[in-house]
Amino acid sequence: MSEKLIPNLLVEDNKFCPGCGHGIINRVVAEVLEEMDLADKAVGSLAVGCACLMMDTFGTDWIQAPHGRAAAVAVGVKRVRPECCVFTYQGDGDSLAIGFSETMYAALRNENITAIIVNNGIFGMTGGQMAPTTLPGQRTTTSPQGRNADTTGQPVNIINQIKEVPVGYLARGSVDTAKEINKLKKYIRTAIETQMSGGGYSLVEILSPCPTNWKMTLEASLDHIKTKVKETYPLGEYVKNGERVDA
Amino acid sequence: MSRRLMKGNDALAEAAVRAGCRFFGGYPITPQSEILEYLSARLPEVGGTFLQAESELAGINMVYGAAAAGFRAMTSSSGPGFSLLQEGISYIASAELPAVIVDVQRYGSGLGDIFQAQSDYHMATTGGGHGDYHMLVYAPASAQESVDLMCLAFNKAEEYRNPCLILTDASIAQMMEPVELPEMKEVNPDKPWAVRGKSGQDFKKITSTMYYIDDFDTYIKEKYDAMAEKEQRWEALHIADADVVLVAYGISSRICKEAVATAREQGIRLGLLRPITVWPFPVDGFKEVNPDVKAYLTVELSSLPKLDIDVKLACKMKSPVENFLGGAVIPESQQIIEKAVSVLEKVEATSCLKN
Repeated sequence: MSEKLIPNLLVEDNKFCPGCGHGIINRVVAEVLEEMDLADKAVGSLAVGCACLMMDTFGTDWIQAPHGRAAAVAVGVKRVRPECCVFTYQGDGDSLAIGFSETMYAALRNENITAIIVNNGIFGMTGGQMAPTTLPGQRTTTSPQGRNADTTGQPVNIINQIKEVPVGYLARGSVDTAKEINKLKKYIRTAIETQMSGGGYSLVEILSPCPTNWKMTLEASLDHIKTKVKETYPLGEYVKNGERVDA
Repeated sequence: MSRRLMKGNDALAEAAVRAGCRFFGGYPITPQSEILEYLSARLPEVGGTFLQAESELAGINMVYGAAAAGFRAMTSSSGPGFSLLQEGISYIASAELPAVIVDVQRYGSGLGDIFQAQSDYHMATTGGGHGDYHMLVYAPASAQESVDLMCLAFNKAEEYRNPCLILTDASIAQMMEPVELPEMKEVNPDKPWAVRGKSGQDFKKITSTMYYIDDFDTYIKEKYDAMAEKEQRWEALHIADADVVLVAYGISSRICKEAVATAREQGIRLGLLRPITVWPFPVDGFKEVNPDVKAYLTVELSSLPKLDIDVKLACKMKSPVENFLGGAVIPESQQIIEKAVSVLEKVEATSCLKN
């Protein structure tokens, strides 16, 4: 019988809904930290929303920031303890709505931290409200007729916002297929390598399903990412070693 | 010790460095900006970090991060910026982390103006942010006391693992006075609770301690009760035989001192009770007041009475409490004496009617 290999950093079973992408992303981040021998140096900063369920299940040091402020808290840690591997783990609502300023300014200062932003296009924990990343036409509890971009604005593409800024590493991955999960792992590894070599700000945005609030089966959710979400949020690396690689 | 002529804001900043502060994150606002300016040059000299944040929200959360990592950290602001700090302060208190915050009070609500004032009293003494917490709130009345209380605030912040506030105002912060500075102190940031990376079952979680403490309500009440009992500080002047006791802190108290001295020469028995901590309010000081005191007179730079409630509670409503409200204008000592005399006359007239 084959052994079930679970990273030591995952100290308890996760608490996410069935079909949620966070569980996969947690595992990928844990694997990267362990493979890079950084598990004992890692300090995570998260705030509220589904991401904060990791506090009990993901065995690094954590700080729980106020809603939106995880990047500022991470900066405070990294500036006084540059030897630590400091990362934020946030949803799109947290990092790109209330926390847009903190996210942008961490990038603008090229802070030597790694931002992991999980984009499922929705406020999950609060019950499925419209997020900055919600697609036009997408129904949520606060856009019951479908998001009208004329009145609510276009979806926030954080990579487009940051890619003109001098930062270390920018990539967008997805968890919709095994192939994409493997690519995602490389992106997260490169982001952490960028930080630990002093290469500046690194950000990995991850497209992730929320079957519960999308009111879809897992299969339909993954299909939705493949056919719809990726159109608005194309995958790939955008900045590497401080240089644009998407042109 | 070294003696220097320093502006109040600069004295606060230098005292923070000497108290072992090695991180500052903050945002400019008049009349506290000299603290940022001073530390932007000074902190790098001692291997510390100065960061001009994009907002007060970011500044206080950078302090949250640096404090969680075990380092002595502070921010400073004024009035409108102090409002914005409240969210982060509530989190820092809830996570039971040490940090020092400075509020150089300015006049008015909303934008208000940059004049000196003492209008943030309630926001400072009642917690200010959401939920159940307090800060130790120190109110210096001189540049020297700004130095002394800054050093004390960092020590007490660590002792109680709680944010502490220096509540000053534009006049104390902007005036220049000679100060004695303490020796430089180095503080080890490797606290047992500080995050610095440790995997497995020993990982540390900095979040609201309510998640980890059984019977949290009792625990947190006992913590703040202990602070309220042990940390009261005040200065008393002629209160044992006073007919009218002035209650004032910060810049107002300095004018009141002159008023007391002048009034005594005129045979008017004024006294002064000066809170040095405004939270906890020095209720024990009121036990030393003349039991036959005719009235209390609060003196503060605000448009509405702020000290009033605390003084009424401290004297258990046994004496009338009147207010001298200066708005943004620092009163002349003679005005305070005149007000005290009119309060005395009013009290005596009332007692005649009763008789």
